[in-house]
Amino acid sequence: MLKINNLHASIEGKSILRGIDLEIKPGEIHAIMGPNGSGKSTLASVIAGKEEYEVTKGDIIFEGEDIGELAPDERAHKGVFLSFQYPVEIPGVSVTNFMKTAINETRKAKGLGDMPAKDMLKLIRDKSELLEIDRKFLSRSINEGFSGGEKKRNEIFQMAMLDPKLAILDETDSGLDIDALRIVANGVNKLKSNNNAVLVITHYQRLLDYIIPDFVHVLLNGRIVKSGGKELAHQLEEKGYDWLKEEVNA
Amino acid sequence: MDLKDKLVSSFMAFEDRVDVDTYVHDVRSEAIKIFEEKGFPTKKEEDWKYTSLRSILKEDYSVFPKHENTTEYRDVKKYFIHDIDTYNIVFIDGKYSSHLSQTTHDGMDVCLMSAAFSKPKYRLVIENYFNKAATKDSLSSLNTAFSSEGAYIHIPKNKLVEKPIQILHFSTGHESALMLQPRNLIVVDENSHVQIIERHQSLTGNPVLTNSVTEIFANKRAIVDYYKIQNDNKNASLIDHTFIKQKQESLASVHTFTFGGKLTRNNLNFYQEGQRIDSTLKGVTIIGDKQHVDHNTLVHHIEPNCESHQDYKGIFGENAKGVFNGKVVVEKEAQKTNAFQANNNILISDKATINTKPQLEIFADDVKCSHGCTIGQLDESALFYMKTRGIPEKEAKALLMYAFSNNVLSSVKIPEIKQRINKIIANKLGVRIGFDL
Repeated sequence: MLKINNLHASIEGKSILRGIDLEIKPGEIHAIMGPNGSGKSTLASVIAGKEEYEVTKGDIIFEGEDIGELAPDERAHKGVFLSFQYPVEIPGVSVTNFMKTAINETRKAKGLGDMPAKDMLKLIRDKSELLEIDRKFLSRSINEGFSGGEKKRNEIFQMAMLDPKLAILDETDSGLDIDALRIVANGVNKLKSNNNAVLVITHYQRLLDYIIPDFVHVLLNGRIVKSGGKELAHQLEEKGYDWLKEEVNA
Repeated sequence: MDLKDKLVSSFMAFEDRVDVDTYVHDVRSEAIKIFEEKGFPTKKEEDWKYTSLRSILKEDYSVFPKHENTTEYRDVKKYFIHDIDTYNIVFIDGKYSSHLSQTTHDGMDVCLMSAAFSKPKYRLVIENYFNKAATKDSLSSLNTAFSSEGAYIHIPKNKLVEKPIQILHFSTGHESALMLQPRNLIVVDENSHVQIIERHQSLTGNPVLTNSVTEIFANKRAIVDYYKIQNDNKNASLIDHTFIKQKQESLASVHTFTFGGKLTRNNLNFYQEGQRIDSTLKGVTIIGDKQHVDHNTLVHHIEPNCESHQDYKGIFGENAKGVFNGKVVVEKEAQKTNAFQANNNILISDKATINTKPQLEIFADDVKCSHGCTIGQLDESALFYMKTRGIPEKEAKALLMYAFSNNVLSSVKIPEIKQRINKIIANKLGVRIGFDL
């Protein structure tokens, strides 16, 4: 589904990603772990198409197509979704209207007409129940005055609404208490199928107790230095990252 | 002959057509002298520093339309708020149109200034209120000098006026260039409530200059909500002067929605003459091309325990120019005043400009006054966020601008107006509203 080859990216001349190789197949859950500043969030942003980053080398193949030159909205139309570490507040646009616009723009890009209002309502109802979101919440301006947990739950609600092929969850566990974490993870697990894939980006192993990865990759200094199964996450939780740093330097 | 000379010399011709032996005419005669002395304002005056009238004054305006013109309702229906029942006072090229209007004398007067000026039963109100709120600046004086027609609204006490009142001015383009000077007087007595919608609309591309004066008196505990829809075509200019005097515990609000017109200047003055008064001034301006919009506001806090809320938002594209000059005066006696002012602007083109200037003159020491103005571009992180959800750049920008301006509408009490303005904003920004408003 996603194949990243020798990806290098920089921002304002500063090189952040220095040769990433990653392949994600349908039905898989991958986790990327790493200390602060290792390039985790940059990788998420570059896959989603953030223009501030310059891809200096390598390519991003999604569903057999090089998407490196596509705008973020075009990538979204193809099925890439990014759950933000810090979701952005948009005063004056309600959650419902935001989602209606997003879904109908995606349909438009596929040559379809607007989703009938009845279907839209049903979709919103079903997905808000899945994430245990109060209906009143949906008429509020998006992310404005939301608590950390509400923001993250709202991200996964949007993911559920848009039904992407690849969901990238950037530090979705940060700012979540244990109940919110359970709801969010539960939502992600219910949305998981053999046809889609999830890339979890996290600093801590905690989230991976709930969203169990098939593969764990460790990112250090803009490179994947180690890959393994879910046991690698536990190892990192116990031993931290220093031993890996030493291994890399040696 | 320049426009000033033309106006001054036509005053004599004007006197042939009106009753000169009246209180009103004494006021007019005084006013023409003021205009003759001061002339049109220039950029040398502080209040007109960023707005030049030169380009609009050079047209050869007809100052008294020669013909009685008419227009069919079906041709102008779209300019009415027509999906609700309203009173309508409609003027075509400055002349009252009875067939488009719906006035009333049933327990209140919703009618014409020409009638109020000439009939004895209105004399007391005219003598008590006419030109008692307007300032003696040159343009208001010019209007006063030629005041003969406009809307006259008098709501006696304890009356809730259920239907909003629309004041509409159409210009037909039968004159190659036309100057209009409507004069409105609105008196709302104790405990009464009225909602008014005002619109100036030119039906062709011929130049029109409107110099309008509206005086509003909100007496004790009265509630007045006034909506100005300014979406005229590109050769029409409007200089509006609205003066509001409020007595104790009254609530007055003016919403100004400016999207069209060549040059628009809104002078909006509130005078709080009593305690526990609340004044609201809100505006949305979205312009492009070479349009020029200047909001000049004054809130004069004279007595204690009053509030004012000012919130103006502007979006300026292409070569558009915006000006906001908001003056708040808090007199020494006006303790416990709560005055709030905000002016937020987005420039979406490198050539668009905005000059914003808050002016606070506070002589009392126990007050809460805040003001803030911002000039910015669209939030890049919000744009990226929206794009990752599949919303293309153009639509994302439009939606952000829509949201930015839209929140001024929360205080609009008539849903049909809110809907209408929402639609105009959406059209103006090219946003496809795929959702309910």
